[in-house]
Amino acid sequence: MYRYDSYDQSIVDARVEEFRDQVQRRLAGHLTEDQFKPLRLMNGLYLQLHAYMLRIAIPYGTLSARQMRKLGEVARKYDRGYGHFTTRTNIQFNWIKLADAPDILAELATVEMHAIQTSGNCIRNISSDQYAGVAADEVTDPRPWAELLRQWSTFHPEFTYLPRKFKICVIATAEDRSAMRLHDIGLKLVKRGDEIGAEVYAGGGMGRTPMVGPQIRDFVPEDEVIPYLEACLRVYNRYGRRDNKFKARIKILVHELGVEEYKRQVEEEFAQMKVLGLNPPREELDRIRPFFANPAYEQGLSDEIDRGDPAFALWVDRQVATHRQPGYAIVNISLKPVGGIPGDASADQIDLIADLAEHYSLDELRVTHAQNLVLPHVKKADLYAIWQKLDEAGLAEANLDLIGDIIACPGLDYCSLANARSIPLAQKLSERFASPDRQKDLGELKLKISGCINACGHHHAGHIGILGVDRKGVENFQLLLGGSGAEDASLGQITGPGFSEDGVVDAIEKVTDIYLAERAQGERFLDTYRRIGMKPFKEAIYG
Amino acid sequence: MKILTGNDLGTGDVIWWAGDGWSRLVGDSADVGDRGDELVRAEEAAQRVVGAYVIDATVTDEGIRPAHIKDRIRALGPTVRPDLSLKPNDADAGNWVI
Repeated sequence: MYRYDSYDQSIVDARVEEFRDQVQRRLAGHLTEDQFKPLRLMNGLYLQLHAYMLRIAIPYGTLSARQMRKLGEVARKYDRGYGHFTTRTNIQFNWIKLADAPDILAELATVEMHAIQTSGNCIRNISSDQYAGVAADEVTDPRPWAELLRQWSTFHPEFTYLPRKFKICVIATAEDRSAMRLHDIGLKLVKRGDEIGAEVYAGGGMGRTPMVGPQIRDFVPEDEVIPYLEACLRVYNRYGRRDNKFKARIKILVHELGVEEYKRQVEEEFAQMKVLGLNPPREELDRIRPFFANPAYEQGLSDEIDRGDPAFALWVDRQVATHRQPGYAIVNISLKPVGGIPGDASADQIDLIADLAEHYSLDELRVTHAQNLVLPHVKKADLYAIWQKLDEAGLAEANLDLIGDIIACPGLDYCSLANARSIPLAQKLSERFASPDRQKDLGELKLKISGCINACGHHHAGHIGILGVDRKGVENFQLLLGGSGAEDASLGQITGPGFSEDGVVDAIEKVTDIYLAERAQGERFLDTYRRIGMKPFKEAIYG
Repeated sequence: MKILTGNDLGTGDVIWWAGDGWSRLVGDSADVGDRGDELVRAEEAAQRVVGAYVIDATVTDEGIRPAHIKDRIRALGPTVRPDLSLKPNDADAGNWVI
């Protein structure tokens, strides 16, 4: 994992003290809320429905055990004993007191964490593949690139006041586990001959105007990625719609200009950038790379797993992924217990997972955009012991990518932007489809729920998506089918009129019944939908 | 009736204007009539509240009930964590929201 150098540490420490002063001035009445709000947001402190909410950055979803343990400590000491992992691979605490915020940030700084750029119209936390560095099929490890982008974008003076927020994702496999094309810019690292470079996608995103990002370059050489991104952002910064918040994301600019015209302007800017010598020195990437070198894997380990315990075998089949190192495995920890709150983890669970990471996963864990956690370096011989500990803590659900693995935003239970409650609906659905056999029979089925049009719950990218709306003060839920955030990215289509909370649960059951009746051999839900179209589903739902 | 709500500056707690100060209980709310905007300006200027706004509410058998579900959730707490709501011992408290 990357470790801060003295420069990283000093800027984070300085920001904590700056914010401490700002909070003191606010509490003393020397700053109005209008003056203070942009300052607190720059430090990830929102005011939500019930209290202040602190969003803490987890760069490219990677945490050490001591960082995780610190999050548990924050949950216990400053919050109400739990945290919520988000679809941006960050963590949010929902019950923060303003006066405590600087102390929390100071404690986080001791473990090289912060909340900088988790809000505001800047480049947000860089996201990446939760299997980075351990996926068998990756072209190169995307984490050094993600770290380079983190350093480049942190406090970037030109990109601190963009027209709107800006999200960048970097992956290095054909399989997209990170919804790369639904980011403002997506980078897919590829190899051309012996040379590493990036395919670049721009103008993707969800929200009220969802777009799958089109490719704007099929190859940018490694040394030119940063200046190319500078060019992409410069064009956006200059021409993005600052006059209308709802049209200010880069996707609108790319759409309104047209992909070819946006590309032309980027290339023109890029030609000028290239001669300015703004590329980060190659030595910096070379300095970063060793932090992500392969850990000290044991050699000669067995690949055998004793599957004698049926419940354990079920969990292995669902939650354990192939590691590129013989004798090792990737463990996915579900934060989606039946009837639970997607993405929530108690302080005790956070502590346990920190312990598991330290003792069984070479001190490392990952957060996924699907609101789950990953232990990336587990010896197969340790799987049973890990499963037992997870099971005791209510963390051994075997539902990865199944209908019970629901993404849900905090919704109207916590969020001041929401129109409807996402979590109770997720709970009802997970209970309706609780049977492991039924989930297994349905196969891969990604169900995603957003409580408003901002789409934090990625409903556009769900095989089945649900959007909560406000209909004259009453919660109403629109149903979408056919979305995907994976390498076959697509946007879901609305089935028709919306439903009550119970009505949408029933409608989804009808949708799954049609799938089971119509599927061809080996077809996932999404495949069947794409083959037979919306009509049969619509007929089943609306009669 | 019109009532006034916002968040406490220091704690972020949801608070309700009770006529002579702020309360954490929606049931203590006072009808602010057409004085809402004036109170918002005065209380925010005095740094006692953040994000204050006026809402519609009705008086029911169960007390004062905000007209919109969002404000009823603010008044109670998250419906999915009754233990963290203002009525932790009432398992059915969430029904009041709906």
